[in-house]
Amino acid sequence: MSELLISACSGLLLAGGIVIMLIGSLGLLRMPDFYTRLHPAGMTDTLGAGLVLLGLMLQAGPTLVTVKLLLILLLLWFTSPVASHALARAALADPENPKPLLQPDLTDKETPPSSS
Amino acid sequence: MFAAATLGIMVCMGLALGRALLGPTVYDRILAVNSFGAKTVLMIAVMGFLSGRPDFLDIALIYALINFISTIAVLKFIRYGDMGWPRGSDHIPPERRQ
Repeated sequence: MSELLISACSGLLLAGGIVIMLIGSLGLLRMPDFYTRLHPAGMTDTLGAGLVLLGLMLQAGPTLVTVKLLLILLLLWFTSPVASHALARAALADPENPKPLLQPDLTDKETPPSSS
Repeated sequence: MFAAATLGIMVCMGLALGRALLGPTVYDRILAVNSFGAKTVLMIAVMGFLSGRPDFLDIALIYALINFISTIAVLKFIRYGDMGWPRGSDHIPPERRQ
């Protein structure tokens, strides 16, 4: 009974993680501009990877495997935002950087009609 | 269950690869490759459980490290055109000397 419960919880966590990662990848493919693409790729990796690895941890039980999964999870949680930040800074510092398609709100300028 | 998870992660990797092939700027491609690497780490972990040998997790750990380091290294190479010199040093690459 307990094993069935653990298996069901782990399956639910895995499915949720996969769904979130699919949404993130779809955003990476479909978003109109580099800075908007940065958002799904950088954000959904943390939650998707967290859910998937948590599901695997439930399967593994209290062993060394769980410790390794926790290490992978911590590493991904620290490196994914740092890499996204470095990418955004590098793109902004580039003289011929990708121009943002979307204009910031709260300015007087009219936003140009966007067409991708 | 693990087979379905592996399949889902492979679909995600395909979408990221599509952005890497389409991407108009070089930063789009680096972003897509970084995302692809993070998904590869997860796929290695899930496939270890699929085959009943979770020893693959060491490989996943090393892959996550290499993915991060290579992203930063490629960014630095594109920014400075040189791997060896930091910003602010007096070094001018030979091809840019007047």
